[in-house]
Amino acid sequence: MTRQSRRKIGGFVALVLCTLAALLGLFWLVIILGDVLIHGIKALKPGLFINDPVPPGVAGGGLRHAFIGQLLITGFATLIGVPLGVLGGTFLAEYARGRKIALIISILSDIMVSVPSIVIGTFIYAVLVRPLGHFSGWAGAVALSVIMVPVVLRTTEDMLSLVPWTLREAAFALGAPYYKVITQVVYRGAATGILTGILLSIARVAGETAPLLFTAFNNSFFSTNMGQPVASLTVTIFQYAMGPYDNWHEQAWAASFVITIFILVLTMAGRLIIKWRYK
Amino acid sequence: MPTTPKKNSVDTIFSSITAVSAFSVIILIAGILYTLVDESYPAIEKFGIWNFLTSTDWDPVRESFGALTNIYGTILTTFLSLMIAIPVAVGIAIFVTEISPNFLKGPIGAAIELLAAIPSIIYGMWGLFTLTPIMSRHIEPLLKSIFADVPFIGILFQGTPMGIDILTASVILSIMIIPFTASISRDAFNLTPSIVKESAYALGATKWEVVKNIVIPYSKLGVFGGIVLSLGRALGETMAVAFVLGNNHRITTSLFDAAATITVTLANEFSEADTDMYFSSLYYLALILFVMSFITLAIAKFFLLRAERKYSR
Repeated sequence: MTRQSRRKIGGFVALVLCTLAALLGLFWLVIILGDVLIHGIKALKPGLFINDPVPPGVAGGGLRHAFIGQLLITGFATLIGVPLGVLGGTFLAEYARGRKIALIISILSDIMVSVPSIVIGTFIYAVLVRPLGHFSGWAGAVALSVIMVPVVLRTTEDMLSLVPWTLREAAFALGAPYYKVITQVVYRGAATGILTGILLSIARVAGETAPLLFTAFNNSFFSTNMGQPVASLTVTIFQYAMGPYDNWHEQAWAASFVITIFILVLTMAGRLIIKWRYK
Repeated sequence: MPTTPKKNSVDTIFSSITAVSAFSVIILIAGILYTLVDESYPAIEKFGIWNFLTSTDWDPVRESFGALTNIYGTILTTFLSLMIAIPVAVGIAIFVTEISPNFLKGPIGAAIELLAAIPSIIYGMWGLFTLTPIMSRHIEPLLKSIFADVPFIGILFQGTPMGIDILTASVILSIMIIPFTASISRDAFNLTPSIVKESAYALGATKWEVVKNIVIPYSKLGVFGGIVLSLGRALGETMAVAFVLGNNHRITTSLFDAAATITVTLANEFSEADTDMYFSSLYYLALILFVMSFITLAIAKFFLLRAERKYSR
């Protein structure tokens, strides 16, 4: 075999392997999503959303408590995490722009984004659960917001940095103080980007389970009292999937279906907006 | 230097609020570190650092605790999952940047990002209900029949394949981290200037030689940073492995045995801990995990920043 054909064949084999790797990645996505879809649609009934759980072994029942609980916890986490993140990002991109402290906080946030979420659960347990003596929905919301802050902060910083500095100078020239420039000019220019970042951060925390295990804990009953343990979809999936009853497994699939669709739709919406706005 | 106008009082208030929000990240990290050290102090005092790290005890009844089984499980599953994930992820990145026709680049990139967005609990549950039976019935007996009698490698494939074991957990973990590694590698590959690639093509290089000798060396900092970042994520992943690892506090050599990682131990035992020392030891584990992943992620960030500087020059 000539040297040339050896090179060609070797290259061909390597490229085929890369293509197979890409197919494998697609294969996992299709098989996991397909599995969740098939099992989930089979178990998806209207009763799932409007009924509360029944004792194991009894047919029927739903997960209304977990759906509402998940909405409450995620909603309050957003209310805490988004303002902190947006304002923090504003500081990094505006007041501290170019200073060392901005770089340090930015790097620390990037690290915080990937810190094991279960560790954040244990942290909130020590700070908010044990001193109060019981698990609570608030603790769960705070735990999720701790995960959310660095995500929102980093996107806000990036999006604000994309707004041209000359735009600010134009506003300064009209005599506007910096805070007015930020709230009325810079935020408007970056609004789509920041909103997208918020959407993606909600998608990120909505699927979190580990930080809720020791904070919001779980509740087999319908409750909107954030001062008490609150059920969430993710922790319920964990409990039901590990449990011995077929009925539970079915509902766990249905809950997984709902939460997966919710997160994928949010993620895709976020990506599409970014593509459309910043191509 | 950008020009900024003079301060007025509202502006001072607004800037202070933003500053406090930004510093909340530092306060959080310091707070987490302080709380973990504070809570694990009784265990640190009783077991010391080196003893705790090297002891394989995990006995709530005698209140004798050591972290080695958990650390072993964490490192072993992370290592195996990276072994599976890195070649696949780099392959995907090469396919998307160099091989795929243009109309496929978008959809495949989107698919990889969707795979990254699926919550870990879904991976975990899917692993328990779908992957575990496949592993225990088909893949693991096959692996056993091939490798069990091979010297040295054989000890990895002993015992009855039950599906709830290190191998299954590592496979799930690898599926989870493939998208992270792939998308960072893709971004790094994309930064290779086309003029360098074109020069290589002009010299008669094949496509694979361009990838191997131009693209990968040029972007190795970014790819390496992506791999270390995935490593940091895999260390702290909880729900994807909690379903299928078993929570078995023993050091085993077979991939068909159940094991425990720090995260799985925390998830299973934290709300059951009944004595102060048990509790404190769990916090000690959390502290070790926090320090391990923090250092890993900091290293990843260091490489990614250096890569960014290099490419932006």
